[in-house]
Amino acid sequence: MASVPMEHALVLAAVLFALGLAGLLVRRNIIFMLMCLEIMFNAAGLAFVAAGARWAQADGQVMFMMILTVAAAEVAVGLALLLGFYHHFKTLDADAAEGMRG
Amino acid sequence: MYELLWLVPALPCAGFLILALFGDRLPRRAAPFIGAGSVGFSALVSFLIAYRFFTAPPEGEHFSQVLWTWMNVEGFTCQFSLYLDALSLVMCLVVTGVGFLIHVYSAEYMIDDESYAKFFAYMNLFVAAMLMLVLGENMVLLYLGWEGVGLCSFLLIGFWYKNPANGRAAMKAFLTTRIGDTFMAIGLFLLFVQLGTLDIQEMMQRASQQWAVGSGVAVAAALLILGGAVGKSGQLPLQVWLPDAMAGPTPVSALIHAATMVTAGVYLIARTHVIFELAPSAQFLVAVVGAATLLLAGFAALAQRDIKRVLAYSTISQIGYMFLAMGVGAYAAGIFHLVTHAFFKALLFMASGAVIVALHHEQDMFKMGGLRKKLPVVFWTFLIGSMSLASLPIISSGFYSKDLILWSAFASEKGSKALWFAGFAGAFVTGIYTFRMVIMTFFGEEKTHVHVKPGWVMCLPLVILAICSTFGGLMEIPSSIYHFPLFTHFMESALPAAPIPHEGLEHAELMLQVIAVIAVLCGLSIAVVAFGVKPQIARAVVATPFGAKMRDLLFAGWGFDWLYDKILIQPFLRTARFNKDDFVDLIWNGIAALSRGVHSLLSETETGHVRWYAATLSVGALLALAIVVLL
Repeated sequence: MASVPMEHALVLAAVLFALGLAGLLVRRNIIFMLMCLEIMFNAAGLAFVAAGARWAQADGQVMFMMILTVAAAEVAVGLALLLGFYHHFKTLDADAAEGMRG
Repeated sequence: MYELLWLVPALPCAGFLILALFGDRLPRRAAPFIGAGSVGFSALVSFLIAYRFFTAPPEGEHFSQVLWTWMNVEGFTCQFSLYLDALSLVMCLVVTGVGFLIHVYSAEYMIDDESYAKFFAYMNLFVAAMLMLVLGENMVLLYLGWEGVGLCSFLLIGFWYKNPANGRAAMKAFLTTRIGDTFMAIGLFLLFVQLGTLDIQEMMQRASQQWAVGSGVAVAAALLILGGAVGKSGQLPLQVWLPDAMAGPTPVSALIHAATMVTAGVYLIARTHVIFELAPSAQFLVAVVGAATLLLAGFAALAQRDIKRVLAYSTISQIGYMFLAMGVGAYAAGIFHLVTHAFFKALLFMASGAVIVALHHEQDMFKMGGLRKKLPVVFWTFLIGSMSLASLPIISSGFYSKDLILWSAFASEKGSKALWFAGFAGAFVTGIYTFRMVIMTFFGEEKTHVHVKPGWVMCLPLVILAICSTFGGLMEIPSSIYHFPLFTHFMESALPAAPIPHEGLEHAELMLQVIAVIAVLCGLSIAVVAFGVKPQIARAVVATPFGAKMRDLLFAGWGFDWLYDKILIQPFLRTARFNKDDFVDLIWNGIAALSRGVHSLLSETETGHVRWYAATLSVGALLALAIVVLL
């Protein structure tokens, strides 16, 4: 089986991470921001998996499982917050919650 | 008898304590009895002691009474002790005698004042302090009295403190004399360090043994003492406070700013004359200061409108004569003039006070006139005082004392023709301004209606002082008329004899007297013509541009106030304003401002936008990574 070079996987992970970050910074809708966060999680997970494959260690996959759990917890908390947010502000615009400035 | 000496300052002091502590609770009528009574008894004791001093003088012509040890620090003992010799006896008699008459006068003058008891309390404290000054055996006691009279002067100038101008005048007097006092304090330190004692007689003895004539220490000490004397006595260049001191009640002007306190400088120089003898250059400076002051103040008196300011300038001028006498070594002559001046100047002030009250507190001479018929007692006593001030021959005490000073200035070894001429010109000017004042106040048409006439309580002291002003001069009659040097002879035990005139000047004395008398009479007639008979002459002189300028200059007392304002007060105020927020604080304030600025900058980043936080977080992480990777 022709293995994918690690560099390619890492570049893909970096691109994904950058896309996620850019989306997080650009989008104002909290749902999209949560989705961007998921992309970033998965970019990090991809980097772990690639690294694990490169050195033939199970740690990379273990870490991916860990990330999946954390992401699940994050989504649970995030969606709960989102519901509360919408209930309070009647919008999903993150910038609406700016009452705690300087 | 001499053991009663302590009563002389103690009685006024007790009067002060009673009036100050219980003045509000005592009936109003009791205040003048306590105030004047304490000084009266003090005067009585002084006169008894003086009688004793004449009939049976104490051993060595002086008497000293140690009351208790004031302070005893390692190597330095200061006794609370009184010293009586001819000089302090004469001063005591003047202070208590004239002081008593002025207290009696005040009993009526101040009767409507709400702080009647407080006034007498201050006056008593003043008399006590002045007696301490003249009776103190050591310099510390003298300085205590010196500062005490300064304090009382401040309190009494600002007695009517509800008018802010009076408060300012009091402050001016206090601050100006403070300059002199500082000089004097430094002088005392110098004397103590150099001579190791502050007992005046001991000090004089050691000075004459240890210091050479004209040595630097002696000159420095004499100049510092002169600084103190100049401040207290209102001489150039510290004379500016005295005309403003007239803001106080008139009895205060009579007692403090004419008869007694302002002559303290003369007393101080006479007391420490040994040091001045050791410093001829400083003594010459005393004479020059006196001569310059008597001329400048005499001219300034010519242009004043306020009757009390005329008298104030004439006081400065007459004390200038005393300084002139001290400067030429004629100490007894200076003290003699001090005594006669106390008589006639107290008289003039009190008579002017009677005029001021009669005209309902009008002090402007241009609004007076024609009071001769309305206030006969005041007119005649004022005239007698004026004759004495202008030193009309034979019938006035001022003639004898001023003549002695002029003669000493001419004939003594330290005198010179220039000094004599200054005194002579001063006598001429005195004649003009004195009779200008008399004519403007008492002659011509009536301009202000007489409000109240003075009662006998005010008139009695006037009459007594008028008698003293007329006959007081007979204590000393010049040899050109009839040789009778009682006063100078009496003073010889305390002060060195007046310098012996040069040979071949016997006729000069009479001639100089005649010249001086002619000058005074000329001044008098000029005043009569220019202000009485033909007032248009004076008006014409003032109407010319030069005359108007001169009048303004003289009215402002030669512009000394203006000058000091420009070179001292304004720069000081400017510096104060410039440094209003303390210079050094810039550092601490700067640190505070910096942290406050950084704080507000940082709080700007707290926008509340969660995306902005995320962005900064990632930029920070990126930077951290970049640092780790690149470095």
